[in-house]
Amino acid sequence: MSPHSDNSSHSPKIYLSLDTTARSRGTDKVATQVQHWLDSQPQLTASLVRNGSRGMFWLEPLLEIETPMGRVAYGPVQPQDVSDILNQDCFDGVSQHPLCLGLTQELAWLKSQDRLTFARVGVIDPVDVDDYIAHGGFIGLGNALTKSAQQIVDDVKDSGLRGRGGAAFPTGIKWQTVLDQPPQQKYIVCNADEGDSGTFADRMLMEGDPLVLIEGMIIAGLSVGANQGYIYLRSEYPQAHRLLNLALDNAKAAGYLGQNICGSTHAFELEVRLGAGAYICGEETSLLESLEGKRGLVRAKPPLPAIVGLFSQPTVVNNVISLASVPYILSHGGEKYRDYGIGRSRGTLPIQLAGNIAKGGLIELAFGVTLNQVMLDYGNGTKTKRPLRSVQVGGPLGAYLPKEQWDTPLDYEAFSAIGAVLGHGGIVVFDDSVDMAAQARFAMEFCEVESCGKCTPCRIGAVRGVEVIDKITGKDTSDSQRQDNLNLLSDLCDTLEFGSLCAMGGMTPFPVRSALRYFPDDFLPERPNTTPAVGGSSHD
Amino acid sequence: MAATNEQGLQTIAKIIEQHQTLPGAMLPILHAIQDALSYIPSNALPLIANALNVSSAEVHGVISFYHHFRSEKPGTHVIEVCRGESCQAMGSRVLEAAIKRKLAIDYHQTTIDQQYTLEPVYCLGNCACSPAIRIGDDIHGELDLSKFEQLLESLNTYSLELK
Repeated sequence: MSPHSDNSSHSPKIYLSLDTTARSRGTDKVATQVQHWLDSQPQLTASLVRNGSRGMFWLEPLLEIETPMGRVAYGPVQPQDVSDILNQDCFDGVSQHPLCLGLTQELAWLKSQDRLTFARVGVIDPVDVDDYIAHGGFIGLGNALTKSAQQIVDDVKDSGLRGRGGAAFPTGIKWQTVLDQPPQQKYIVCNADEGDSGTFADRMLMEGDPLVLIEGMIIAGLSVGANQGYIYLRSEYPQAHRLLNLALDNAKAAGYLGQNICGSTHAFELEVRLGAGAYICGEETSLLESLEGKRGLVRAKPPLPAIVGLFSQPTVVNNVISLASVPYILSHGGEKYRDYGIGRSRGTLPIQLAGNIAKGGLIELAFGVTLNQVMLDYGNGTKTKRPLRSVQVGGPLGAYLPKEQWDTPLDYEAFSAIGAVLGHGGIVVFDDSVDMAAQARFAMEFCEVESCGKCTPCRIGAVRGVEVIDKITGKDTSDSQRQDNLNLLSDLCDTLEFGSLCAMGGMTPFPVRSALRYFPDDFLPERPNTTPAVGGSSHD
Repeated sequence: MAATNEQGLQTIAKIIEQHQTLPGAMLPILHAIQDALSYIPSNALPLIANALNVSSAEVHGVISFYHHFRSEKPGTHVIEVCRGESCQAMGSRVLEAAIKRKLAIDYHQTTIDQQYTLEPVYCLGNCACSPAIRIGDDIHGELDLSKFEQLLESLNTYSLELK
C-alpha cells in the first residue's frame, strides 16, 4: 500500500482540519505546507483533505495520515514539521516521529467517547455527499421514506431525545404537536444561534458534518409535513456559514433537496439565514420574529410555535444537535439511542470543555458522567495549573458551581435539583484567580446588553442589578448599606425570575445567586487575595 | 447616520431587487448591503421601507436592534473582542483593556486614521482556545497582547502591500 506505486488505484489521504478553532491554531499554514510538499512529489498519489475537527483542540493542528492500519495522528504540528513527518514511512503505519501519537482511533480521549451524533465529525470531508454516504449517511432518511409520518415521530419519541439547545423539551412531543395540525404550510426551523459562551458543539457539527443536520431537517420535514426549512445561523460563525451553503448545494445537486427528494413524492427546500449578533435570537420566539424580518422581541407563549410559529404557521424549532441526532435514531432505531444515558436524560450529550482548561474540546458521552470526571479525566484540570475554583455550566444564564457540586452527574434532573442547568452542555472552568463578584456583575451587564427590552424586569432590572452589585462591592459601603443592597439584589433577582417572559430575564439570577451563595467572600470589601495572574478578573 | 452616494444607492437598489421577494427579506437585504458597503447608509432606509411595505422607522428599528448592523462607515479592519465568560476565564478582561489602550479607542469607536474599529462580541465559539478575537472573517485564539500586536503588524503590512 505504498503511495509510491503508480499502479495502485488507492491514493492515501492526509487530513487537516478546517474547523474554526483548529484554524485559529494554525491548520491553514500547515495545509499550505502539506500542499507544497505534495506538489513537489509528483510521483505520489496522496491528496490533502480538509475535514472537521476531532475536538482535541490542544492537539491542533492535528495532521492525520491514512495508512493500511488506520489513520495515524500527529500533533500539534507546525509548518516546519511537515516535510519531516511526510518524508518518513508515514504512509505505511505508525512512525517514529516525535509528534506521532499513534492510531487516531486508539487515542484514549477519543476512544472512550460515545460518538453517535459526532461520529463523522473530524473524519469525513464535510461537504462531500459520497463521503457522507460511505460513512453511513442518509440511511436514516432512506428508512424515514419507507415510514409514515406518525411512525417517524414515534421513533423519535421512543429515543427519548430532548431538546439539546438547553430547555430539554421532548423532541418527539414537539413534532407530534406540529404533525397534529391540519395540513397547511408548515416549517422546520433549525436554531443555530449558539450564543452561550463556552459552547461550540453546533459550530463544530456544522463545520465538520453539515450533511447530518441537513438529513435531520429533511426527516423532520417528512415527519410533520413541512416542505420548507430554515437554518437560522449566527453571524459570528462565518466558516460554518460557508460550509453549510456548500453542503446545501451538494445535497441539492445529489437529489436530496428540492422537489421529489430521493425520487419520492416529497419536497423539501432548505435555506440558511444569518442572524445579526443578538443573543436573544437564540430564544425560539425571538428567533422567529428575526426570521420574519423584525426586531427580535420575544413572543408570549401560548400560542406555542408548534401551532403558531414562523409566519403564523405550525413550526418545529429545534437546536442543531437535536436535529443532527435524528439520522442516528432513524438508522439505528430509537431504542438503540435510548440505551445510552440515565434517568430521563437519554442518549448522548456533546460536552464542551472551555475556559481555563488544559485539554479543551468536545467530548460526546452518554448522560450520567460527573462534572469532575469530565473536568479532570478529560480536561486535565486548568490550563494555568492553578486550582479549579468555580465552574459555569450551561452558558451565561447557568449557575456557577462550587467544588462540593462537582460530583453532580450530567443529567437534566440532577442539575435542576441543585438549582443549576445543563443547558447546551458548555462547561466553563475558572481557576482560583476568579473574582466571583465580578462574574455576578457581568451576568447582569450581559443581560443589560442583550435584553430584547420587552419585559421591564429584564430591561431595567439588569441595569439596576449592575448598580446594586457595585454598591455591595464598593469600598465606601458601610455594613448596613451592604446588607440593604444584598436584600435589594435578592428581591431584584426574584423580580427578574418571575416577571420575565423568557429565560434571558428569568435565568440571569442563576449565576448571580449562585455566586452570592457559594462565594460570599468575594463580595466583601476586603476580599481574599485574587492574583490576576491569568484569570485576571479584576474589577475594571 | 451616514449617507452614501449615487453609486452606493445603485448597489442598494440592485440588492433590494434581488432579495425583496424572499419571505422575511429584511435581514438578508440588510446583510447584503452591509457586506457590499461595510455599513447601512441612512438613505438606504426609504428604499428598503418602500420595497418591503413598511415604514422607515421600522427599518431603523431593526437596524438598531441588532449589534451586527452599523449605520456608520467602520475602519478598514473591524476587530471584535470576545467578552464571553470562557474568554474571561483566560484573562480577557485584562486583554481587552490592553487592546483599548493600544488602539487608544473604546468599543464602538474607530481610530483617527480610519484603520481599526473596535467592537465587543459575545462569544465566537472558540471557547476551547480562549481568549479570542475576530478580524474580518478570521478568528484568532489563545490571544495575549504580544500576539495581538503581531496581528496588527501583519494587518499593516498587508494593507501597505495592497497599495
